Amino acid sequence: MRLKGQAANGIVWLILLTIPFWFTYIGGYLGLANEIVIYALAAMALNFLLGFTGVLSFGHAAFFGLGAYGTALTIKFLVPSTLVGLAVGVLTATLAAMVIGALIIKRRGVYFAMATIAFGQLFFFIANRWNSVTGGDDGVGNWHRLPINLGFTSVPLFHNSLVYYYFTLVLFALAVGIMGLLLESPFGRSLMAIRENERRARFLGINVELHIWISFVISAMFCGLAGGMLALLDNFVNPRDLRFDLSGVFVLMAVMGGMRSFWGPLLGAAIFQWLREVLSSHTPNWQTYIGIVFVLVVLFFPRGILGFKYAAAKS
Amino acid sequence: MSLLQIENVSRHFGKLVAVNNVSLTVEPGELRAIIGPNGAGKTTFFNMISGFFPPTAGKISFNGEDITKLTPEQRVALGMARTFQITEIFPELSVAGNLRIAVESAAGLRMRPWLNAADKKIVATRMDELLTLGNLTATANNEVGALSHGDQRAVEIMMAMALRPKILLLDEPAAGMGDQETYDVSRLIRRVHRDQKLTIMLVEHDMRVVFNLADRIMVLAEGAVLAEGTPDEIAKSDTVQEAYLGKEAA
Repeated sequence: MRLKGQAANGIVWLILLTIPFWFTYIGGYLGLANEIVIYALAAMALNFLLGFTGVLSFGHAAFFGLGAYGTALTIKFLVPSTLVGLAVGVLTATLAAMVIGALIIKRRGVYFAMATIAFGQLFFFIANRWNSVTGGDDGVGNWHRLPINLGFTSVPLFHNSLVYYYFTLVLFALAVGIMGLLLESPFGRSLMAIRENERRARFLGINVELHIWISFVISAMFCGLAGGMLALLDNFVNPRDLRFDLSGVFVLMAVMGGMRSFWGPLLGAAIFQWLREVLSSHTPNWQTYIGIVFVLVVLFFPRGILGFKYAAAKS
Repeated sequence: MSLLQIENVSRHFGKLVAVNNVSLTVEPGELRAIIGPNGAGKTTFFNMISGFFPPTAGKISFNGEDITKLTPEQRVALGMARTFQITEIFPELSVAGNLRIAVESAAGLRMRPWLNAADKKIVATRMDELLTLGNLTATANNEVGALSHGDQRAVEIMMAMALRPKILLLDEPAAGMGDQETYDVSRLIRRVHRDQKLTIMLVEHDMRVVFNLADRIMVLAEGAVLAEGTPDEIAKSDTVQEAYLGKEAA
């Protein structure tokens, strides 16, 4: 499948670039837009593994949370720099994925998913209990993102939320661009070969385990980046950023938007965050209603909302 | 030197002896068929050769190299390709999409995050060759899952051919096919065998296909070799008549 339609890409980027200037007119606000971009990156990163390699992980919140904690703790205790913090966060998530991936890569299907949950919860309990470092249930506060000093000028990330939005959008574009290019490359086609038919892929000489491992690590790395960006957005992290129900949310975003579609998870993330915003101001049971929407989507759009696009662009 | 040399290979599944002490040599350029009644151990034998699982005992050499314990990927790298009883392809991709993955993998590009112009040209040329060889040019952009059974088989064989194998292993290539499709797939196998001087080993139930194509035939029954020889010899063999063809005639 090729990422057809330069028009679709153009529309997505146009919306993301201009949303701060019109989102308020339809009831949104900048912070919500920023969250959508961040969660969209996490969901698209998960979908690199789920939709394009055919491997389900229910533990990606671990990598998201490691990115968030790595960023927060580095800035708070080690190096007061936004970029260094983010880099440490991403690196932590990536290294964890390399190790965990190597341990579970031979498992398939449900067994793989179960193993990812188990490892995910491991990190949740560490974050939740190791009070002296992670602040336990209270999370990591009393720090904030810092301006980036470019020498000749300083980028006011902290005091200007709009600047921070575009900062996340640049990183989002980089990450998504890399994933998009990979999916159109021979490497990406090898991943899709594994998704479509692992046995045939193996008998074409593709090293299935190695490919899944690389896909898992790439996916976790960008998920960690998203986690770091959320920590910087909130100037705060707490153990919920690592908990396995968040892993479920990523899967839900991807499936709802359309996991065979490149932009599907972005749409899924937007709908999820939007619904949560609207519903949670009216009812504490907002998750029930999101659940109903999810069921309806799965019933009537089994391939996700953008599934039709996939059906049309299969060649 | 024989291309494929199998020495005293056995495979046990618990107490069941699926293949018992079978030896076989395949010469370069030969088309070898393996036949036998249901449960004779043909597919088990085949799976050991292609690396699905290792034999319990015995040795398999390919092109002079001991491959008994190698993984499927390693055997592919040495020049072995196979198809399956139930066609194993990428059903949601187009014919060209299927072949592209095979061609890129064969060209050693499967890990590459980008292709330069020279690589692209190599891939496109090879894909064209295979589409032509498999008579698939007209359906190149169709989704494979929607093709006829015979065309799907042709795609699978062409994906195996993309690997430029030294030996092609075909597991019941005509399984579940009608007369016309059986005829078409036989012609395709004959064509790649003759044109490319390719060594082929196949397991098949359809006797027309086997006696039509094979240079030599090995008959398995209850996990052991019952007979081996040219199609004429096998057709005339009383033991084979009794154990296998006789049963079918009855």
